[in-house]
Amino acid sequence: MSTSPIQRSEEPGVQMRTQLLRIDPLLLLAGIGLSLCSFVTLRGAGFHSYADKQALYSVFGLLLALLISRFDYTVLREYRYVFYGLGIVLNLAVFAFPSIKGAHSWIPLPGFQFESSEFGKLLLIVSAAAFAVERSRRLSEQRTVARLMLLALLPAMLVMAQSNLGTALVYVTVGCAILFFLGTGWRQLGALALLFAGAAVIVLVGAPALGVHLLHGYQQQRLTTFINPPATCNSNNPVCYQLHESLIAIGSGQKTGLGAAGATQAAYGFLPVPQSDFIFAVLGETYGFAGAAVVISLYALLIWRSLVILTMAKNLFGTLVAGGVLATFMFQIFLNIGMTIGIMPVAGVTLPLLSYGGSSVIVTFLAIGLLESIHVQASMASSGKARVLIV
Amino acid sequence: MIEPLDQRTPPMTPQLALRVAIVGGIALVLFALIFFRLWFLQLLSGTDYVAAAQTNITRSIAVAAERGEILAADGTPLVTSTPVPAVEIAPPDLPTPLTYLNFQTAIAKDEGLFGRLAKVLEMSTKPERCGYTVYGGLKGPVTYYPKLAKIPCLVTQSIANQAYANVTIKTGVVTDVQDYLAERQVDFPGVVTQEVYERTYPHDTLGAQTFGTLGPITLAEFDSAKKGGVFKGAHETDVVGQTGLEYEYDQDLLGTDGAVRVKVNADNQFEGYAKEKPELPGDNLKTSIDLQLQKVGELALAKSIRLNAGKGADGGAFIAMDPDNGQIYAMGSNPTYNPTQLARPISTAAYDKDFRDNKGKPLVNRAIQTPLPDGSTFKVITATAALESGKWNAVEPFYDNGEFCYPGEDPTLPGSCLHNSGDASYGSVDLERAIQVSDDVYFYHLGYILDADPTTHPNGGPLQAWARQFGIGQPTGVDLPAESSGTLPTPKLFKALWTEERQCDTATGDYAYTNGQGEVSATKLPGYTLSPKHPAVIVKDQIVSGGCGIASSPAWGAGDNVNTAVGQGDVQVTPLQLGVVYSALANSNGAVVTPHIGEEIIQPSNGEILSKFDPAPKRYVHIQPAYRDDILAGLHAAAQTPGGTSDDVMGDFPLPVYGKTGTAQEGTAEQIATNTESDYAWYACFVPASATVKRPIVIVVSVEKGGFGDVAAAPVAREMLSEWFSGKPGPYKLGSSKDT
Repeated sequence: MSTSPIQRSEEPGVQMRTQLLRIDPLLLLAGIGLSLCSFVTLRGAGFHSYADKQALYSVFGLLLALLISRFDYTVLREYRYVFYGLGIVLNLAVFAFPSIKGAHSWIPLPGFQFESSEFGKLLLIVSAAAFAVERSRRLSEQRTVARLMLLALLPAMLVMAQSNLGTALVYVTVGCAILFFLGTGWRQLGALALLFAGAAVIVLVGAPALGVHLLHGYQQQRLTTFINPPATCNSNNPVCYQLHESLIAIGSGQKTGLGAAGATQAAYGFLPVPQSDFIFAVLGETYGFAGAAVVISLYALLIWRSLVILTMAKNLFGTLVAGGVLATFMFQIFLNIGMTIGIMPVAGVTLPLLSYGGSSVIVTFLAIGLLESIHVQASMASSGKARVLIV
Repeated sequence: MIEPLDQRTPPMTPQLALRVAIVGGIALVLFALIFFRLWFLQLLSGTDYVAAAQTNITRSIAVAAERGEILAADGTPLVTSTPVPAVEIAPPDLPTPLTYLNFQTAIAKDEGLFGRLAKVLEMSTKPERCGYTVYGGLKGPVTYYPKLAKIPCLVTQSIANQAYANVTIKTGVVTDVQDYLAERQVDFPGVVTQEVYERTYPHDTLGAQTFGTLGPITLAEFDSAKKGGVFKGAHETDVVGQTGLEYEYDQDLLGTDGAVRVKVNADNQFEGYAKEKPELPGDNLKTSIDLQLQKVGELALAKSIRLNAGKGADGGAFIAMDPDNGQIYAMGSNPTYNPTQLARPISTAAYDKDFRDNKGKPLVNRAIQTPLPDGSTFKVITATAALESGKWNAVEPFYDNGEFCYPGEDPTLPGSCLHNSGDASYGSVDLERAIQVSDDVYFYHLGYILDADPTTHPNGGPLQAWARQFGIGQPTGVDLPAESSGTLPTPKLFKALWTEERQCDTATGDYAYTNGQGEVSATKLPGYTLSPKHPAVIVKDQIVSGGCGIASSPAWGAGDNVNTAVGQGDVQVTPLQLGVVYSALANSNGAVVTPHIGEEIIQPSNGEILSKFDPAPKRYVHIQPAYRDDILAGLHAAAQTPGGTSDDVMGDFPLPVYGKTGTAQEGTAEQIATNTESDYAWYACFVPASATVKRPIVIVVSVEKGGFGDVAAAPVAREMLSEWFSGKPGPYKLGSSKDT
């Protein structure tokens, strides 16, 4: 049972103002900056309708973030079972609806495609962090690690079944991050790493050798094309082709890009999924190294602030939530950008805030909101603590 | 109040700090990786990717350039190009792209497209026998005969030749069909409708072999083009000359295709125009061909062959040239073909019908590619050699009693005595008379005394030396490809042929292995097997039966020189070579001219002469004027005085004619044994510059298996002389002299 901490009494207005002023401005700047870049890039590539919708989602998301930052995130701990259950339900519900492009990822709502796995991410982060906090005292037990991992694996499996390998891996990473920041011993972490390596070998090599294919053909192809790229890419190997086109697009951007008119690869349809998976390639082609550098700096800012907020969180729950959010940001950013520049295998994860996608944008802003909330509470707590000590 | 455990601000434990640092470090490394990779892609390799992006978005559509025309001496077009709308297929753009590596198996995959296209073009889809030959590879050239419908057959044949050009499917397509296909690019991937230039021949079969044929450039030709040569500068998709003048002058005749570049998107849909490259038409080639003379010559030759078909006449050739500078007025070869047939896609059935070997090999240019013994026409060389070597003189009388017997041999044995044709005997003859009546015995005698000891003269004696001077056994250097050099018998050659003969008989040496298609090799190449043996019965260094037929004896004897002296035996001469010989006699300075057909290269747009051709003579034969006069007197008498071998044909010609008949016998060993060899008719004549105000002319006619020279060949020459000097051929004058 939780009790409210001692709080200084203040006029509500001042309290609110103070709260608002305690948000992390740099984190917000990163979020707004990235949204702007997304809008400009989509406009430049000629995707006007996407750009407008993205602007709408961004504004909505921003407002949500600001709203969330007002509240103490700690109350979410109480709803851990609800959140977890909701996450499972949502990821199951997608199967009731027709698949789009071979993937059961969306629940169609009026005017909005609700992507369950995205929202499920956040639900998992919060609930897993809450469960971890509960078991923080029994850290040395094997069962803790195992249970927490299984907690993350269950929804991950569901997401895998939706044919979304990338996001499934995000779920797993979230679980690992939470364990990591929880303070799990190195030996146990090592054992976990070994387990994952073994699983990867089985899935990629062992099972196919026995004729059991756990991955879809195209998923397998994505990984093998990365490890062993063929000499020439043609339409027979769409993965290789995608990568090839992405490199051409980015490379031709050179220093400052070809500009909106000159960026032909995206506009003429040579880049696959240019508005989401390969948005970075569009950016690279249109705005060149300069543009890419700006966006990468903003992401660096985002990650840095997440790290800082993680360290300053007032309680373990905050640390773990921040850790989960950090993990998902890092994984998506590096996997997506890495894929477009050819140093990572092709995987279907979106680039936070830059990729077009309502669910993705909103969930990212919700995450930012959570981070801001952690920041606000942390700064309030530290100042409050000071006063308590003095008094 | 103590805060609950989970509400306290956790102190920054060293453990957490470490973990945060680790994660921070990972993030830093990954960012650095991305940063450097982008640097590499965009700043270091950027230009490569820009080029690749351009390649993605532009497609070049070739705009065919007009090939240069071939003109007669007076500028009349002999070979032209006409623009025709054509439907072509680009094999790399087909639904299943076809290349040299996969076409044999993958051709069936594009059946759907071929079928639909056939419907639109009203072409048959019934599979028929389709012949194509694959070159190179381990087995050498291999010919396949699958059953394919017309369109896949054309595509297969083109790819088999490793030609990268678009495959022309049909020419002369109506506008409706063009539009239909152009509007449905998406439904007909790989199908191109565009204007191409079709080679047209306003004068039908005239000079077909001389002008030559065209074909898409093959891989081997394109590779050699990179090193220079005839096809230097050609592109992979060019259609180039393959034979004749089209080949020899391809550099000048070939235009440069232009390109219209269009921008396309990933679905190959039109997005806009990019830069254009205008096409450059080829230059025109002006030749020395006289159109009327050529026509008359071809008609007369065809007539002679028809008239003498009973004797077995089945082909022939003629040349007419200027003895002073080597310009060729006319060159013809029979049987001939209609080049228009080869200017368009031709079915295997049609090609087999008209062009296979059993049709008399019409693609061969017999004027330069078929060397044969030239019979008595060789005698002028023998006379020159005899006079110049001092072994004989013009006035020394010789008594011809009808037979020449080898001194020192028993005259009763077969082969030791030779006779005149028709067993004639001419009594006392001098050189002039001997030439006039073509006295074989006289010249057998000359051949005998001109013979040299083979051990000290491996390259022969004076006869061979003068024959070489006149150009026998060497190519004339005419501006056409694949000219034959002919053969000049020498002791050295005989030894080499004997070695070959024995190798062939015993299947050793260079003849050890064969590929079954006429080629032999000393080493076991892939696809080659052991050659069969041809055992020969050899008596006293002479093959009496069996053998390969390359040589019958290694020994050089007087008899071989005797044979050579009268243009028999192993001597082999082409009509053009003989023309050069008689030109050297006709012109006043003994120039052995270099014959040529090409005269000028002309810029088509403004008529500017870009280059002229005037090759120098190969050498000069220095014959003493007195000797030359004697020989010419003999030739004149032969043509235009009673008793001369061609007097009945040329006697009443209004200008002085110098001419020599020739009738060579050639056949297999069996035919020789039973005296049933074929007679190859020859006639060589000229009207020199000194005899006329018009241009001088040398004419050589050969009618294979046509009978006597005066009967089959001389009338053809007479018609050509009439045409040349009076503008009309006149009546066909049938010769009757049975002199050889």
